[in-house]
Amino acid sequence: MANERASKEFLAEAEEIIEKLHLDLVALGDCADGGECDPELLNGIFRGAHSLKGISGMFGFDDIAELAHHLENLLDSLRMGKIALNAPVVEILFGGLEMLSRLVGGKVDNERFTVDLAPLFSRIDEILKDDDAEGEDVWGALQLDPEIRKALTEYEEHRLLENLKKKRNILRVNALFPLHSFDVDLSGVHAAIKGRAEVISTLPSASSEPDKIAFQLLVATSETADSIQSLLKGDSLDVEDLLHEKAACIVPAEIEAPIEKEAAFAANDAIENSSLRSISQTVRVDIEKLDYLMNIVGELVLSKSAIADFADRLKAEGDSERSRDLQKATRTLERRLYELQKGVMEVRMVPVSQLFDKLNRIVRRISSEHGKKVEIDIRGAETELDKLIMERLSDPLVHIIRNAIDHGIESSAERLAAGKPEKGTISLWAAQKGNNVAIEVRDDGRGIDPEQVRRKAVERGLVSDGIDLSRQDIFDLIFSPGFSTRDEVSDLSGRGVGMDVVKSNIAELSGMVEMDSRVGQGTSITITLPITLAIIKALIVRSRTKTYAIPISSVLETLMVHTSKVRTIERREVIDLRQNTLPLVHLSKVFDLPAPSAPPDSFFVAVVGLAEKRMGIVVDELLGQQDVVIKSLCASLSFVKGIAGAADLGNNKTILVIDVGGLMSEALRGETALHV
Amino acid sequence: MSEAHVCKKILVADDSPTMRSLLCATIAAIGDYEVIEAVNGFEALRILPREKVDMVITDVNMPDINGLELVRFIRSNLQYKNLPLLIVSTEGSERDRQKGLSLGADDYLVKPFDPDKLRAFIQKHLH
Repeated sequence: MANERASKEFLAEAEEIIEKLHLDLVALGDCADGGECDPELLNGIFRGAHSLKGISGMFGFDDIAELAHHLENLLDSLRMGKIALNAPVVEILFGGLEMLSRLVGGKVDNERFTVDLAPLFSRIDEILKDDDAEGEDVWGALQLDPEIRKALTEYEEHRLLENLKKKRNILRVNALFPLHSFDVDLSGVHAAIKGRAEVISTLPSASSEPDKIAFQLLVATSETADSIQSLLKGDSLDVEDLLHEKAACIVPAEIEAPIEKEAAFAANDAIENSSLRSISQTVRVDIEKLDYLMNIVGELVLSKSAIADFADRLKAEGDSERSRDLQKATRTLERRLYELQKGVMEVRMVPVSQLFDKLNRIVRRISSEHGKKVEIDIRGAETELDKLIMERLSDPLVHIIRNAIDHGIESSAERLAAGKPEKGTISLWAAQKGNNVAIEVRDDGRGIDPEQVRRKAVERGLVSDGIDLSRQDIFDLIFSPGFSTRDEVSDLSGRGVGMDVVKSNIAELSGMVEMDSRVGQGTSITITLPITLAIIKALIVRSRTKTYAIPISSVLETLMVHTSKVRTIERREVIDLRQNTLPLVHLSKVFDLPAPSAPPDSFFVAVVGLAEKRMGIVVDELLGQQDVVIKSLCASLSFVKGIAGAADLGNNKTILVIDVGGLMSEALRGETALHV
Repeated sequence: MSEAHVCKKILVADDSPTMRSLLCATIAAIGDYEVIEAVNGFEALRILPREKVDMVITDVNMPDINGLELVRFIRSNLQYKNLPLLIVSTEGSERDRQKGLSLGADDYLVKPFDPDKLRAFIQKHLH
């Protein structure tokens, strides 16, 4: 069943998993020396081996599947606490990973490539012999619905048991969230209890309210239900104790546990105190926390334009003195906001050397696999780029480099015959250009003949024959989907394989990719990217043929409304919403979009709110929720009413971001604000 | 695909892109179905009420919520009572299989799955 394209996809994913496993194993090695490891780290490594086993089996790579299976067994025993994590085990894991990466690397060229795995397997089996069976049954103490227990994976059950054995509390957090934002809300819950409690399982369940979804989170903690409840804000959350609910009044049985707990805390304190002293001047921060800060900054920018809009309105109403004061204050706010945004962005910056080092390893590995002599020339490794962009840049760059070595760099004999140095060179250059970073991958290989590319594109029906195309136009064709096909492997088609994917990956980061090549001299591919991304979560909506983004922070709920429910009060359209009237604003009218030929009999309403005001924005369709990248701060200063800025949808489509505050004050002007 | 002919929709939830594209390719070879891909359990939860899907095929080990939890959710929801539900998992143990089936999955295939079994399942439930 393995066709070439699919198996390439497999190899790419396998490589990605291995790369991640490598990083995680290093972290695991570190914490194995220091005592306790985060269960999630071990579980993540297990999942990596597990996925690899699943996909390699599908492609008939039985040796990879079997190796992954052995590693998975070992990791499973580790995460289940059946065997201890120590240096020899970590060493075996590293050995297994090395084998995996050799196998996957070898298959790139020759699907039959294999290595002798028997010695490693016998070492793993030796270790697994020692694992002891799961101990006593503690389920009885837990008031857990058997249906819920059934939905737990073996690992989740194990975490639950581990925590019970450590005499921690098991709590159930019941949550009810809107369907459009539950993932954000859930990560909010995770963030709120992080470090104080472990989330063992997240169970969704149906809710009687159509736009909502209920969740039960099983949580283990050394603290009480009340103290966890106090961390969680919002009335949609409540915490239940699954161990003590009914037994709360039985005091004697409880006496022992608190003492143990105190002792444990004392021990913890001692560890914390000693480690405090060794803390250096740097802090490691989860990228998600930075994303969160970035989101807030993005939303502040939107709030600021609402204030600027208010100042304009004061001026229009003739209150020029207050307007001037407000404008002055707004400008200060704007400057500070800009500094804040810059500061947050700077924190997210990492030198591209992080990525280049990894690519260096890949160049060495691929070239040795191909028996080609390749040197790597790195420049500008100190150039900084947003961490998130960097992570997402890795795959496309690996792809480009692989192509360069596979198809660009000639064999030593060929190079010598052409009067070139025996060793080929891959150059990786990075440089900052204004608000952009350019990354260039250049090889000094055989290059690509534009005339050949043109002919092939004509053959593929991408352009018609006889059209006048510039050099640049021709090389751009290589990035079109359908430029190359899987059924032939020539030097030329090889270069095109997946270049459309590279292009779309780069476009998702609001970047551009260009190629240039000279026959006999080599090829260069230049990627230009914004230094950073300003991201907000948005509800993507459609009105007529246009797409808009509404910042999710101001959306309270979404409704589907039948036209018969719309009433008109003082020439204003309203609907009834829970005993209140909700004024409606049609986006199509705000932006003067043409009316449809046949008016639909129902439409969607995004209920937005700022402070106490409520308003319904009428749209034709809700397209979903998405992180959008706001185009630079300057662009969002646009003074068009109702527009806060432009955003990038990822697929190179630019849409407008609705300024809810501006739209609302515009629409409700002169009206008494609605109180819901 | 003609306009008049409405394809049955199959929701495929798996966090591995390779596995998703394999499932999609296999389904495409079986017949004319619209495949909706969910990259994790959360996305599947969001797609379910929005798209009227005719079948769900899910992995077990996913990062946010696991496939068993998804199955439990679907079966606890009256409107999805008869939705055909297939688990395709790397977990081959009898215990996991029993768990999946007792939560209400209609069948349980172990990866690497046999395309003929997938075909049989789809043809049995979508015809």
